[in-house]
Amino acid sequence: MITLKEALKLPKEEISNLRADLKRVIQEKKNIGAYVEQLTCKPISEYGEGIPVAIKDNIQVTGWEVTSGSNILQGYIAPYNATVIDNILKNGLAPFGRTNMDEFAMGSSTESSFYGKTLNPHNLKCVPGGSSGGSAAAVAGGMAIAALGSDTGGSIRQPAAFCGCVGMKPTYGKVSRYGLGAYSSSLDQIGPITQNVEDAAILYDIIAGHECRDSTSANIVHVKVGESLNPDRKMTIAVIENYLEDASLEVKAKMIDAIKVLEKEGHKIIYRNFINSKYDIATYYVIATAEASANLSRYDGVRYGNRAPSDNLKEMFRKSRSDGFGEEVKRRILLGTFVLSSGYYDAYYIKAQKARHFIKAQYEEIFKEAELIFMPVTPTTAFEFGSKSDPLEMYLSDIYTISLNLAGLPGISVPIGKDSKGLPIGGQLISKAYAEQDLFDGAMSLERALR
Amino acid sequence: MQFEVVIGLEVHAQLNTKTKIFCSCPTSFGHEPNTNVCSVCLGLPGALPVLNKETVKKSIAFGTAINAKVNKKSIFNRKNYFYPDLPKGYQISQFEIPIVEGGEIYIDFEDGSKKRIGVTRAHLEEDAGKNIHHGSVSYVDLNRAGTPLLEIVSEPDMRSSEEAVLYLKKLHAILRYLDISDANMQEGSFRCDANVSIRPKGETKLYTRAEIKNLNSFKFIQKAIDYEVERQSNAWEDGVYERDVVQETRLYDTEKNETRSMRGKEDSAEYRYFPDPDLLPVVIPDDMMSECTKIPELPDQKRDRFVSEHGIKEYDANVITSSVEMARFYEAMISAGAGAKMSVTWLTVELQGRLVNGTNIVTSPVDAIKLASLVKRIEDGTISGKAGKDVLDYLMQNSIDVDEAIEKLGLKQVSDDGAICAIIDEVIGAHGNKVVEYNAGKVQLFGFFVGQVMKQSKGSANPNKVNDLLKQKLDS
Ligand SMILES: [Zn+2]
Repeated sequence: MITLKEALKLPKEEISNLRADLKRVIQEKKNIGAYVEQLTCKPISEYGEGIPVAIKDNIQVTGWEVTSGSNILQGYIAPYNATVIDNILKNGLAPFGRTNMDEFAMGSSTESSFYGKTLNPHNLKCVPGGSSGGSAAAVAGGMAIAALGSDTGGSIRQPAAFCGCVGMKPTYGKVSRYGLGAYSSSLDQIGPITQNVEDAAILYDIIAGHECRDSTSANIVHVKVGESLNPDRKMTIAVIENYLEDASLEVKAKMIDAIKVLEKEGHKIIYRNFINSKYDIATYYVIATAEASANLSRYDGVRYGNRAPSDNLKEMFRKSRSDGFGEEVKRRILLGTFVLSSGYYDAYYIKAQKARHFIKAQYEEIFKEAELIFMPVTPTTAFEFGSKSDPLEMYLSDIYTISLNLAGLPGISVPIGKDSKGLPIGGQLISKAYAEQDLFDGAMSLERALR
Repeated sequence: MQFEVVIGLEVHAQLNTKTKIFCSCPTSFGHEPNTNVCSVCLGLPGALPVLNKETVKKSIAFGTAINAKVNKKSIFNRKNYFYPDLPKGYQISQFEIPIVEGGEIYIDFEDGSKKRIGVTRAHLEEDAGKNIHHGSVSYVDLNRAGTPLLEIVSEPDMRSSEEAVLYLKKLHAILRYLDISDANMQEGSFRCDANVSIRPKGETKLYTRAEIKNLNSFKFIQKAIDYEVERQSNAWEDGVYERDVVQETRLYDTEKNETRSMRGKEDSAEYRYFPDPDLLPVVIPDDMMSECTKIPELPDQKRDRFVSEHGIKEYDANVITSSVEMARFYEAMISAGAGAKMSVTWLTVELQGRLVNGTNIVTSPVDAIKLASLVKRIEDGTISGKAGKDVLDYLMQNSIDVDEAIEKLGLKQVSDDGAICAIIDEVIGAHGNKVVEYNAGKVQLFGFFVGQVMKQSKGSANPNKVNDLLKQKLDS
């Protein structure tokens, strides 16, 4: 597959050939189910004529049915473009196809999508990860040049790791959330999923920047990172030692190899420890579900989306939402509603906010000594469909990714090898807030050394 | 038993910004349903709120006016509940840290005494839309959704429905003086809920309160509170207070003049407030703070100034400053050269008395300049005060200037010395014997001569002139 960098140099007529080729490939590889259109047997959604970029089904594109992978939004046609869509259009790119996702981005396997499963192109019995599983599978399966995903607790980095591509979550506030169907407002960020680090930097540069329609957008001038990528910079990289111990043997082994490679590249490696990641999980599931319980209240059947037939108002709300939302979404709404209830608010929500500050401070401490942090993306490689029946077990696949969202920091998942079954393994680099240049320089150094 | 009434009021005042609080839709009133809406105020997926800074500025002005603390940093929360007119399933409001805290409003009684009513807080929030019911079908109009509201919560400091109305009128005046709200009760830009409870006189603890909604005029507020107080007192006397007086929301029925429990309203509401992660805390920059604390003269200050500078009575000054429109009218009359005391009478008695059938001080056919001209004509003796009333009647019906009206009605006083002297000579000539009596010391006959002169002139002679000239003639 042509890279994004190469595609940006193509003349116009070749872009239309490229789009036609992609449509053919998407048709051929229909069984992967990376795109919603592959699962619903519909023609690929298009808008404009630029270089095609696959778009997660929770990012608004004018005239598209944008559903966040949910039954409750069936038939909803977005009347406006998300800021990131306006940005890619301005740069000669165009939204092309809706990628499958866990319903409302709640999940780590894309199994909770209303449209059905997306397969991992490396092993069809395995999940592609989630929630941006469709975006990662599309890029990994040669069905997209690049894709946009959203990351609330690892939803870009984890599927990128499972599918063997590059996935990057920007600093909170670097990319406008305007037009992103919200899961957890204080954690959500849109980011690129690409074939390589340089493409990720290019796409990140296109979507990043201050925007006044998102009050949480950082009011700082965006300095492009793609133009000054430097894989030769030598940095201090902190490895989180206890996190290595928690990973599977094969993931740990590849991580150790990657650390050696980074050292050989001239980076200084130091070893530090984090508190047990179970605190991250607890904190994350309180904050994310609390925010989600309110964010998803707008899906009430009154103005748009699915409205269940009913005799009265209360029944209309209850049935529309009971029928419209899937199991995992309902579980998280209930959890979020609970932690915000009077009598529990202080014990859960307030405590989680304190824990969040603590987690952030923990990162800040390490960044006094290092430019980058290196840790696994996931404790294991992609798992088989249906293998995680217990939701809590599923939540554990995010142990290395969620603390980043809680701290608002940028991170990137880079392929560092494969396990004995041929499934990809990802390594995760993390930088200080707004230090995306460090992040991409380090990621490029790692990628180059491993090639 | 003697009861004490305890009343606290919550007022929702719509701020008169051009656009809504979190989007750029217009706030105008009376348009086709669902025409002033956008992705933000419709609560579409992915839409995000951005705070309209004008609402912050107006809140600062209000906080300054009621001598409150304006929080440099306040927070927006989400108040969660489902209702069709609430697009996001939560209302963005302020909870723990409102923008305005701890103010006061003074109410004035007719006897000149004053009372301080505490204002607990005032916070910013978005309005909901409107549900419209047609038989078995309900429609939702979201034009109003996202209109900025300032919710002003008083302390339970009022002890009668009269005090409640005085508080509301003063609050209304403050909002209008600051020009931060249209505060129009009929249009719903000034809405009031009343928390009413009673307690045996002498006790200090607060008893169960009922919250009365649907109060859209000062008259109804007074009636609804009076009804509710009576209901609670009767329940107490009848020994059924515990059963009948519960903490609940009651709706005032204007036709039956009673409050009724609002059935169907869910038990005790659980709003699950938490800080809205889509909005950063509101931090007021120093320059905005200093700019917005410069506020126009308020009713109390104006009243005190009118008393001290114009020498009018405090009662009159209170009447004149009770509304910003009246105060502006009066000030315009003064600027146009009319005297203060005459202006008060001609504005508050004569003009106000003639404003009927929905006309008010703003739509009055006689504006401040015209009324001032009329007053000046009385003051300079061109017409008598009595004639002035006829002129005003005429001006209310005809668009014509004051001097023309006087001319047309032939009410100009005769102030010409020659003409008056001629009449005096005639009167003296006809009553020679009375002149002799007067000169012999029966001075009370002076009134008789004045009366005769006025009668001869058919009332058009300037009485002051008649007095002066008659005295000269008789005493010479
Ligand atoms: Zn709007």
